[in-house]
Amino acid sequence: MNTSMDHNIKDLIRKNKESQKLPKITEKFMPILLLIITSVSILTTIGIIFTFLSETIEFFKRVSVVEFFTSTTLKPLSQDPEYGVLPLIAGTAISSVIAMLVAVPIGLMTAIYLSEYASERVRKIAKPLLEILAGIPTIVYGFFAFTFITPILREIIPNLEPTNILSPGLVMGVMIIPMVASLSEDAMSSVPNALREGALALGSTKLEVTRRVVIPAALSGIIASFVLGLSRAIGETMIVTIASGSSKNFTLDVTQSMQTMTAYIVEVTSGDAPAGSTIYYSLYAVAMTLFIFTLLMNMLAKYISRRFREDY
Amino acid sequence: MKYLDMTAVSRRMNFRLFKNKFAKVMFICSTLFGLIMLAILIARVFTQGIGWLNLDFLTGKLSTDPDRAGIMGAILGTAWLMLIVAPVTMILGVGTAIYLELYAKPGRLKSFIQTNISNLAGVPSIVYGILGLTVFVRAMNMGNIVLAGGLTMALLILPIVIVSSQEAIRAVPQHLSEASYGMGATKWQTVKNIILPASLPGILTGAILALSRAIGETSPLVVIGIPALLIPFPSSIFDKFTVLPMQIYYWTLDSSLVAEYAYLAAATIIVLLIILLILNSAAIFIRNKFQQRF
Repeated sequence: MNTSMDHNIKDLIRKNKESQKLPKITEKFMPILLLIITSVSILTTIGIIFTFLSETIEFFKRVSVVEFFTSTTLKPLSQDPEYGVLPLIAGTAISSVIAMLVAVPIGLMTAIYLSEYASERVRKIAKPLLEILAGIPTIVYGFFAFTFITPILREIIPNLEPTNILSPGLVMGVMIIPMVASLSEDAMSSVPNALREGALALGSTKLEVTRRVVIPAALSGIIASFVLGLSRAIGETMIVTIASGSSKNFTLDVTQSMQTMTAYIVEVTSGDAPAGSTIYYSLYAVAMTLFIFTLLMNMLAKYISRRFREDY
Repeated sequence: MKYLDMTAVSRRMNFRLFKNKFAKVMFICSTLFGLIMLAILIARVFTQGIGWLNLDFLTGKLSTDPDRAGIMGAILGTAWLMLIVAPVTMILGVGTAIYLELYAKPGRLKSFIQTNISNLAGVPSIVYGILGLTVFVRAMNMGNIVLAGGLTMALLILPIVIVSSQEAIRAVPQHLSEASYGMGATKWQTVKNIILPASLPGILTGAILALSRAIGETSPLVVIGIPALLIPFPSSIFDKFTVLPMQIYYWTLDSSLVAEYAYLAAATIIVLLIILLILNSAAIFIRNKFQQRF
């Protein structure tokens, strides 16, 4: 009797152990599998940096670094090719500045309205609508800039070229408004009400509360939203590719066609540049410049919002 | 003897109140500006495209003749592309999120991976295009097929899926997993049976929103090199393909040559926007219907 019970219990334990073998293996195996999956995102970064760097080095073996960063002419297809990145940087800078001139004031004022003035009902309607604006694919904005905004602008400014940097810059600004508005609004909403109430109790108007209390308190988040918007404008591709053409002008005249770094990349890749040619490698040098610019912007935004954050 | 000049005080008060009113009107106007631009954009696209949108257009093949052109190929291409993007990003994104939230020990490695992911989220999409062109199309010699485009797009939206899945997993309260451990469940059993089901609605919502981003994205595919006119429909992941945004791009570019192409582009935009609307509604529906509050 006793021995058979012992036997039964032993049997049970053995069976139990056997049935747990599979869980034990998965228990050991799953973390490793998940770590492998996680490494994909690191491999992506390594892939970007490694391919860009190796091809850029190859490019600088053929074209001097000094020429690339100081020459104001970019003529990759001519008999005597010149590879100066400055026209592309100028195009990118000008289109981004135009975009920010639209997005910063309007985005910030929208954020102020939604966070400080609007009733709960208005905010519940307006915010999702602005999110729709943010969710529209950039190619649609490109179509809008090229077939609608440019013809209208040409009525107002007669010497505007059919492809110019002004129209995509403005439309890019409209595209970035929701981003600036929603990030700034988040920053302003997180300012505690006690601060507002204190200022209101001292007899300030709402505008004074906003200007003297809310904006200073939320400044780090607001500036971070501007920097992120700028980084978005620098990396934007389709709007400028469609509406700004491919003239590599080095100018400040916004009525002319100019090419951005992103549009140059599109032009080179859709032109079937043979692998191994200097044009092909120039693609990576430009892409590397673009990558570094946007990376710096994003890190700057993170630094600002962390370093200058006011905690309440 | 008067210490306070009441007229000056009230004048100043009125001026301050006026400034407040004026500023409020300005703030309302700028909010309306964004909304009005949205209305103009949608109205413009619809008035241009709606006349060209019919069954022949939806089911037809691409053609240089605007009267005969259809976008079935592009619709199928988009569907094939999503067939790669959706599973790849779901597996990679959710796997990474589980690792970071439930397995990784806090420390240098975890914060390095986390920083890396948030930096990747800010990289312009065209950079992913070049990565895809270099690695998938050229180095692996795939050519510009569905698989290469899908993997490129998957990498592009991966950071978004990871971050939204992490948030969904973090929202599952501790006491659920503690109860599971208390019943003798192992870690993986708890993850599989408790945490994943509880966070699934949140994960799906984030994944669908990320997919809709991939459907509208053009620049990585332009860089990979999608042909302008492709007559045969794609029928496997190893076929060449085109997608809706690419077709909009080519028709918009060529609208200065053939005016009707602008209308075709507008009609294609309507189709694209409707697909995005359906996906976004699905995401909102899932969030509202299945999201549990703990």
